[in-house]
Amino acid sequence: MKYLAEYHNPALAQALVERIRKTATRRWVLMEVCGGQTHTIVRQGIDELVAAQVEMIHGPGCPVCVTPLEQIDRALHLAARPDVIFTSFGDMLRVPGSASDLFQVRAAGGDVRVVYSPLDAVDLAVRSPDREVVFFAVGFETTAPANAMAVYRAHQLGLTNFSMLVSHVTVPPAIGAILDSADNRVQGFLAAGHVCAVMGWREYEPLAARYRVPIVVTGFEPVDLLEGIAMAIRQLEEGRHEVENQYARAVRRDGNLPAQELVARVFEVVNRQWRGVGEIPASGLALRAEYAAFDAERRFALGNIRAQEPAACRAGDVLRGRIKPHECAAFGRECRPEHPLGAPMVSSEGACAAYYNYGRARLAAAGSA
Amino acid sequence: MTDGVSLTGGPACPVPLSASARVLLGHGSGGKLSAALVRDRFLPRFTNPALAALGDAAVLDAPDGRLVVSTDSFVVSPLEFPGGNIGTLAVHGTVNDLAMMGATPRWLTAGFVLEEGLSFDLLDRILDAMAAAAHADGITIVAGDTKVVERGKADGLFINTTGIGIQSPDFRPAPDRIRPGDAVLVSGAIGRHGIAVMAVREGLRFDTTITSDTACLAPLVALLRDRVGDAVHALRDPTRGGVATTLNELAQASHVGIELDERVLPVPGPVAAACAVLGLDPLYVANEGLLVAFVAADRAEAALATLRSHPLGAGAVRIGTSTDAHPGLVTLRTTIGGRRIVDTLPGDQLPRIC
Repeated sequence: MKYLAEYHNPALAQALVERIRKTATRRWVLMEVCGGQTHTIVRQGIDELVAAQVEMIHGPGCPVCVTPLEQIDRALHLAARPDVIFTSFGDMLRVPGSASDLFQVRAAGGDVRVVYSPLDAVDLAVRSPDREVVFFAVGFETTAPANAMAVYRAHQLGLTNFSMLVSHVTVPPAIGAILDSADNRVQGFLAAGHVCAVMGWREYEPLAARYRVPIVVTGFEPVDLLEGIAMAIRQLEEGRHEVENQYARAVRRDGNLPAQELVARVFEVVNRQWRGVGEIPASGLALRAEYAAFDAERRFALGNIRAQEPAACRAGDVLRGRIKPHECAAFGRECRPEHPLGAPMVSSEGACAAYYNYGRARLAAAGSA
Repeated sequence: MTDGVSLTGGPACPVPLSASARVLLGHGSGGKLSAALVRDRFLPRFTNPALAALGDAAVLDAPDGRLVVSTDSFVVSPLEFPGGNIGTLAVHGTVNDLAMMGATPRWLTAGFVLEEGLSFDLLDRILDAMAAAAHADGITIVAGDTKVVERGKADGLFINTTGIGIQSPDFRPAPDRIRPGDAVLVSGAIGRHGIAVMAVREGLRFDTTITSDTACLAPLVALLRDRVGDAVHALRDPTRGGVATTLNELAQASHVGIELDERVLPVPGPVAAACAVLGLDPLYVANEGLLVAFVAADRAEAALATLRSHPLGAGAVRIGTSTDAHPGLVTLRTTIGGRRIVDTLPGDQLPRIC
């Protein structure tokens, strides 16, 4: 695993930390968009290494975290139906709905299965002609091509027992919404490398130009993140606001065109609710009319399921970078990974879970951080 | 039990149904099929005087020293995986629990819950593996039981084993003997068993060269006892929940903190790769032939050399140190110099979305 070892190389990491310390003449505020990046930053203690030079705000790029509560409730409703096999990626199973989660539905008799690819759910539908197979299609642009492929394949196979509960979101509108908000403090962004591997970075160029912010397409390993931070800070110090690519080993400016074509063929851009953030215009993907037969919301008439967020949960403030997770009064008290109030405490990519699991507050309390 | 009984059924067996290639409900009836099942498949493999008596209970000679007893139930899917099967686990899992108490494992009992329809070929392979594992480490299976449940009521088969071992008076590793400053050692690579099983699990098959590390740790413990002795303060085998969970249990039980160094964690490349793809942390992945040892600092090098002198401990390394700085907490110095807590998980690790 040369690739993994290289991007964890302590000497390389130390050199980048030194570069960041030398470059910064003041403290800058950056946001890493993606939850996978948040995970690495907190897990490796990267933000603490460069705390004097940069404040990292953890962005809304955790697909589990921004899936609206009522979409979770719809999933729970479907999963409890005796005629449904409900399929999902593993990290959606513990996300709390209004009254329950998918693990509890499964324990009560619901047929809930973890799959590792939406195409596995299509295969399951082929093998289970007397059952309805529903796939919970959650994610950013990264997972959209595979989900589009699953619908396209189900369409080609003429399946009538496969559908998707879609909660797809896209990154650039979220960056725009953050920059538009009156209390925004973010001065530069680390864009999500995997999203850009699919989409390229052309759509970030107007954002960088309009809002005059540097955007650095960044990978997920510790050295990637330190290099992305170093590049963003250099731009800020030099007064530039460009889109740069740190993740050159995986990302090209145009991205993956066949994947983009497939996504555009199956999905259309719609307004979408983000949990804790609210509706962001043109920030989601929904199935096009010609694939409506595969839309679980229409097939099972789920439109009347509505939900209210728990009042104590400040996930929205965390996702918008207004507070750090441990500044929420519920953090570590009534909200813990084994009893989460909000989704950011559930997913391994959620900022609250990262702070809790890697023990920021408790280390500090023990007086040895 | 009778020597020379045909293992293939057929002419040697008067009950026609026993020629079935699969377990039938009748094999749990207590009648002739049950008797044939035990006689043909279990007794020849596990043969020993205590079992051969076929009494209601085994009679054992009481040894000197203290008896150590542990029981464990084994449910694994799939039943066979690279490097072993549920039978190997059912021996190693229980005897390793005895070994971690410093005991020499001597006897096992084994209870089997068989699912109707289980193929005898598979059952035979599992029993062969159990017999071989027990034999290799001088352990005798002295009592057993079989039950058959309807198809769908068990995942092929479940095994429960209870082990009995003997503890010598001068070697009694225990969590409350851990002291700040102890060296924390592991006997080899982390995460092999969990990844080997995941690689063959339904719905998640992937190619890997990793095999389960399932092994009996008693020989390693015997070496530590003989060469390092009392300076070995605590031993634990980090099975379900992995090294992280075990260290948390020990930190809490002993009221010390533990500091790990990520740079020296022995995670094999293929385990690191599989974990990176699936979004898992190897520190929480199960092991079945690995031990964690807390050893007095001045004897740490001797303990490492002792472990490395045996093939099972060839990859032994020191991964950290216990401390009085943050009692009950396990912390880790990351490869790039950051610091974090290594906590227990609320449940299983969940593979991530992207």
